[in-house]
Amino acid sequence: MFDLDMWIRYLPRLINAIMTHFMYVIVSVSIGSIIAIVLAILLSRSKKMAKYLIPILGIFQTIPGIVFIGVLFIYIGMTPYTVIIALSIYAILPVLKNAYTGIINVDESLIEAGRGCGMNQWIILFRIELPMAINSIITGIRMSTIYTVSWAVLAAMIGQGGLGEFIYIGINSNMKQFIVMGSIPAALMAIGLGMLIDKLQTILTPRGLRRET
Amino acid sequence: MKIEHVIQHLYLVLMAAFFTIVFGILFGILAYMFPKLRRYVIFVFDLFQTIPTLATLGLLMVIFGASPTTVIVGLTLYNLLPVVRNTMVGLIDVSPAIKEAAEGMGMPKLIKLIKVELPLAFPLIFAGMRISIVNSIGSAVMGFFVGGGGLGYVLYRGIRTMNFRFIAEGTLTLMAMAILVDVIMNYYEEKLTLKK
Repeated sequence: MFDLDMWIRYLPRLINAIMTHFMYVIVSVSIGSIIAIVLAILLSRSKKMAKYLIPILGIFQTIPGIVFIGVLFIYIGMTPYTVIIALSIYAILPVLKNAYTGIINVDESLIEAGRGCGMNQWIILFRIELPMAINSIITGIRMSTIYTVSWAVLAAMIGQGGLGEFIYIGINSNMKQFIVMGSIPAALMAIGLGMLIDKLQTILTPRGLRRET
Repeated sequence: MKIEHVIQHLYLVLMAAFFTIVFGILFGILAYMFPKLRRYVIFVFDLFQTIPTLATLGLLMVIFGASPTTVIVGLTLYNLLPVVRNTMVGLIDVSPAIKEAAEGMGMPKLIKLIKVELPLAFPLIFAGMRISIVNSIGSAVMGFFVGGGGLGYVLYRGIRTMNFRFIAEGTLTLMAMAILVDVIMNYYEEKLTLKK
C-alpha cells in the first residue's frame, strides 16, 4: 500500500496539487470572510433585516458544496474561477453567522460606556464591538476553512486540479496508492490550518478577554 | 431522480445515525467516567471531523472497498463528535446534589448512571444527535463517489450532463430532508428541555 517509488515519481505533481488546493482554500476563505464580516456589520445595524435573513442563511447552509460548484460550472464553465466563487460563497455562511452573533452579543453597557467616552459609531465598531466579537468571528473562519479544504477536493470533479485529482483518479481507477497520496495531504492541511487558526485565536483575543478560556 | 435514490440516501443516513448514537453515547460515558481520557477522546473525534470527507471516504474505501459500508463507517466517524461531546458535557453537568443523593440511596455506579445521570443528560445528548443527523444528510452526498449511491448520484449526473433540473431536484430534496429532520427533532428537544 505504501509504494515509495510512486511517491517519488509523482512528487512534483503532488506538490503542484497541494499548492493549488492551498491556493483555493486561502483565496476563497479570505474573500468569503471579508464579505461575511462586512455583511455581519451591516446586518447588526439593521436588526429587522437580520431577523429574516439569518434563518434563510441557516437554510442555505444545508446545501452541500457540490451544488455550488455544479451550478456555477454550468454557468461559468470549467475555470478556476468557478471553484473560487463557489467556495467563497460557501465560506461566507459560517463566518457571517458567527460574526453576527458575536457582534449582537456584545454587552449593551459596554457600547453605552463607549458612547459616554465620546466615541463615534465607527470607533465603537472598531475598538469595542469587533474586538469583543473576535473570538466568535475566528471560530467561524475556522469552520469555513475546514469546510473549504473538504469541498475544494471537488475541484477535480470539473478538472481544476487540487488534491481531489489524486483522490478522484484513485477512486475511479481503483488505485489505492493515489487515494492515499491525495487523502493524507488533504487531511494534514485541514488539521494544520485548524491548529494555526486556533493559535491565531489566542493571539488575537484582546488581553482582557483571554483569561476566561 | 428516482425514489430509490432518496431511499438509498435515507438508508445511509439512518444506519450512520444508529452507529453514531450507539458509539457516541458509549464514548461519551467513557470520557465522563475517566476524566484523564477526556482531552484525548475529544481530540480524536475532532480530528475525524476535520479531515475532509472525501479523504476519509477514500481511505476507508481502501479497506472496505466501494460499498455502502464505506459510506456508513465514514459518516459515523465524521459525525461522532457532537454526540460524544454532548453526552460527556451532559453527564458532567448533572447537579452534584442529585449525584450525591443517588449515592446516598446506595446506588452502585452503573445503576446511578443508567437511572439518574443519563436521563438527566438526555436533552443535551438529543441535541447532539440532531446536529449529527442533520450534518450527515449533507455529507452523505459524497458517498456516491465511493459506491454508496444516494442523492449524490443525482447531483453528480446533473453536473456531468449539465442538466439543471437534476441538480435542482437533488438539492431541494436534500434541503427538505435536512430541514424536516431539524424541525421535528427541534420540537422534541424543546419538549424535553421543558420537562426538565
